[in-house]
Amino acid sequence: MFIEQVINGLTLGSIYALFALGYTMVYGILRMINFAHSEIFMVGAYIGFWVLSSLPVFLPGFLPAYFLAVFILAMLGAGLLAVVVERIAYKPLRHASRLAPLISAIGVSIFLQNLIMLTAGASSRPYPEKLPLEQFNFFGAQVSSLQIFIFGLAVLLMFILTLFISRTRLGKAMRATAENHIVAQLMGINVNTVISLTFIIGGGLGGIAGVLNGLYYGSVKYNMGFLPGIKAFTAAVLGGIGNLKGAMAGGFILGIVEAFAAGYISSENKDIFAFVILILVLLFKPAGLFGEEVPEKI
Amino acid sequence: MKWLTALLLLIIAPLIGYHYGNFYALHVAGLVGIYCILCVGLNITVGYAGLLDLGFMAFCAIGAYTAALLSIKGLSFWITLPVCLLLGGLIRYLIGAPVLRLRGDYLAIVTLAFGEIFRLVANNFDWLTNGPKGLPRVGEKISEIRLFSLSFTNDLQFYYLILFFLLCTLLISYRLEHSRTGRALVAIREDELAAKLSGINVPRVKSLAFVLSGMFGALAGAIYVHWIGFISPEMFTFWESVLLVAMLVIGGMGNIAGALLGVLLLVGVPELLRPVLGTRFVEYRMLIFGLIMIVVIIFRPEGLLPSKRRAAELHAKDE
Repeated sequence: MFIEQVINGLTLGSIYALFALGYTMVYGILRMINFAHSEIFMVGAYIGFWVLSSLPVFLPGFLPAYFLAVFILAMLGAGLLAVVVERIAYKPLRHASRLAPLISAIGVSIFLQNLIMLTAGASSRPYPEKLPLEQFNFFGAQVSSLQIFIFGLAVLLMFILTLFISRTRLGKAMRATAENHIVAQLMGINVNTVISLTFIIGGGLGGIAGVLNGLYYGSVKYNMGFLPGIKAFTAAVLGGIGNLKGAMAGGFILGIVEAFAAGYISSENKDIFAFVILILVLLFKPAGLFGEEVPEKI
Repeated sequence: MKWLTALLLLIIAPLIGYHYGNFYALHVAGLVGIYCILCVGLNITVGYAGLLDLGFMAFCAIGAYTAALLSIKGLSFWITLPVCLLLGGLIRYLIGAPVLRLRGDYLAIVTLAFGEIFRLVANNFDWLTNGPKGLPRVGEKISEIRLFSLSFTNDLQFYYLILFFLLCTLLISYRLEHSRTGRALVAIREDELAAKLSGINVPRVKSLAFVLSGMFGALAGAIYVHWIGFISPEMFTFWESVLLVAMLVIGGMGNIAGALLGVLLLVGVPELLRPVLGTRFVEYRMLIFGLIMIVVIIFRPEGLLPSKRRAAELHAKDE
């Protein structure tokens, strides 16, 4: 039971961590809560759903290439959508009051949810099962190949992202922009490009998280992004919003807490725990576990 | 004089409608009235104090569930109503005490989290709320509102009841806006630090606004549950809270007339168009609201009917 919950927690945590990176990256650069990120996740899941249900697997040997295509399409689609949303709904509000972009993002969220509901239907649809499922025995607990796959892919993507941010010129530009827009601009960084890049990467990771969520729970629905979105945001806040490694750690912590709450306390009330954590962290440690304490600017 | 005419119209028009059998319009009018109470109440937090509240429907739910539970036990509406208001205000106060210290966007997320917790509790605690099936349970009944020998049963009677409470709401809200506390709230919204330095007790004033606005939520909930005779957690989702915020954003935050206009545009017009345009239109409704919300916040952040002060504040950066 214990190891099983740890495994469930790590799987859930992988999805939350990938999802949380989008919130934390956008917050780091623009200081705004990208409320529509949960809809990017949902659209990513739907892109995966459409590709999986329309493209047949031609040869069994091509399965890895096939799934690579699914993930790349979901990543590109979700990333592009995130950039379009930023250009239309957030960019004109970059110098407005702090709440304006949040309200605009909520508007985007309503719009995208209802768009998908009207075009793809209001009921939940089963996710195509094309990944061969195998169960392994791991110290007396059951692990499925899907769980290993989700964890492995999430860790790989996080590793690549960390390398990208810390080692490349663009990554350096992103860090500089997060520090200070004006100074970054004076150093010759195109701030708009960096912001777009942030939305592409964050949105792309969110899209992949959406596909993984669809594969794991086996269904998609137009409002599937809301609850995981709150949880991923909680993970980002828990790790210290704006901090990439914090978001990854926060995602795994939240996944494990949720798995244990569901396993040992009450599976019906597991969602309440995420909300309680969110409230407690924001009230008592708004800088998160790994964030810096930033004094309020006057 | 203008106001008196409007009031007379509000009193007489439904009688004519009722006489000619237009019951649907009457029902919509009642619904608009309930949303007006909610929106004018929320306006105190979102508009005057500038605190974005994304969990307001939780307080409507508290009012509705309290009223339902007590009236199933047989208590009169006139006893349950003060209980609903006090309980709603008390819970609002307890939540506000820690939460109101937070900055704008974090406050919004925490209110969202509280709103969802209330909904999940209503959904999962079957022994109290009957879970997703809602109240009243089979065999139980929410008792009627009685005033002397009159008992409120049809839409026309409820229309006047709602109108009465809406007028009270408007009066209180108007008096608040033009009081010392109202001016203090606006000062906090525009610059909290400057307000504090001017000697305003910021936590106290914020808390007062937060509690008062929650009580209007509970009021609307208590009336609504007696009118419709049924509640379930479904009615108090996050998206309902967001819809109220959308009404304020579109109508004009911080202005009572703006809040009323928002309700008319987002509840009144779509409901009246429902029989004309069919259910397809209703499905597109939220899609259109989302779009309007984005367009308004970008091009006219003060809303369609702004308060002068708020408009000046939002355009201050253009200078």
